[in-house]
Amino acid sequence: MSGLRYLEGVVTLTLDPDACTGCRMCAQVCPHGVLEMREARAVIVDRDACIECGACARNCAAGAVSVVPGVGCAAGVISGWLRGTGPSCDCSTGGC
Amino acid sequence: MSGCCPASPEDYSRYAEGFVTGRLPTLPGPVPVVSTTLTLADRLGGWRVRWNVGRSDHRVRPGLYAVGSPDDSSPVLVSANYKLSFDALRGELGGVDAWILVIDTRGVNVWCAAGKGTFGTAEIVSRVRRVGLAQVVSHQVLVVPQLGAPGVAAHEVRAGCGFRVVYGPVRARDILAFLAAGMSAEGGMRRVGFTLKERLALVPVELSALWRPRALLFAFAAVALGAVGPWGYSAAEGVARGGALVAAVALGVFAGALVTPALLPWIPGRMFSVKGALAGAVLAGPLLLAAGAGPLMTVWALAAVTAVSSFAAMNFTGSTTFTSLSGVLVEMRRSLPWQVGAGVFALAGWVAAAFVGGLA
Repeated sequence: MSGLRYLEGVVTLTLDPDACTGCRMCAQVCPHGVLEMREARAVIVDRDACIECGACARNCAAGAVSVVPGVGCAAGVISGWLRGTGPSCDCSTGGC
Repeated sequence: MSGCCPASPEDYSRYAEGFVTGRLPTLPGPVPVVSTTLTLADRLGGWRVRWNVGRSDHRVRPGLYAVGSPDDSSPVLVSANYKLSFDALRGELGGVDAWILVIDTRGVNVWCAAGKGTFGTAEIVSRVRRVGLAQVVSHQVLVVPQLGAPGVAAHEVRAGCGFRVVYGPVRARDILAFLAAGMSAEGGMRRVGFTLKERLALVPVELSALWRPRALLFAFAAVALGAVGPWGYSAAEGVARGGALVAAVALGVFAGALVTPALLPWIPGRMFSVKGALAGAVLAGPLLLAAGAGPLMTVWALAAVTAVSSFAAMNFTGSTTFTSLSGVLVEMRRSLPWQVGAGVFALAGWVAAAFVGGLA
């Protein structure tokens, strides 16, 4: 890890522990170790590392995890404003 | 300039095919066998893509491919039809017998396509059916790159085509270790970092904005407007004053799009706009001193460089691996007013400098 961290207390990630079935998918797909399994249930262990990619929520069959997915891209936000759409990752150039 | 995901023009006229070395007969039909060695041409192609030269035809025909001599028990690895993604995968598969299922992401890499949903559940399900995968392999397991997970719901893939999704490692270079460990990726294999090398690899895309027409247009406008002043119209003043403005903006782009990404972990601040402004000020200050700039020029040039570098650095958020949309929106709300303000202030100072020669 490069140890780089972004702003704190801003992300939309939520977890409903009562709905969790302990399938481990969210912990597996998270690229930043935000979710972990503890006593067969998912817990959010590093909320501020979340990048809102949406992988956890998409792969939660029980619907216990939710997040408003998006791409943290200022250029995408601006191009969304200019086109009157939401933030969009469709820049004309570039490569992630 | 921008560093985030590419657009996906619907041009299917050209597919890269140089890597096909033969055909392997299977029940649904012959499957192309691909080389696991990347050629000079493959690497040059990757270089061209990074520098934004003809990247839209850098795609692979969707479908099933073979590496080595796979049979019905060999693993199926899912990939995007962006040639760099496909190359990164096949280049790691030397000595392995496997199937590669290339899905149609319109020539966009796994991560970006997953964010848009083109690397997604529906495309995987329909591609599995179209290639007749169930007739090729006897198991029902798909290895999907972990970075595709934002677009793929494993439980829905299973419901849709019977195949179980196992998420593979983040990086293609870990695929052998993942397979050797019985399809298990642990710890670091599942984590996304952002190394100096990874950061610098993105810089060309940022800088390629510099030779776009609008950059030239800006330079011409600066020289043309710089020529106008109390003296009437002077080409020499235009070159000097316009040149100074262009230099300030170029320095801002350099500080924000190259220096800031390279030194990201070491520049203080969480917000990219703050990091960029700092980098710009630290670079511009000594240069202005050394150039013996007058007080007015020092002020407008410093404002111009920091405004541009702050904005350019903020635009790098899309190229990073650790920013969230919510965070970027917060950062933009806080920073844009300052950036615009500093830019307007810089332009006003630059115009004023034409009229107060003593201070400039």
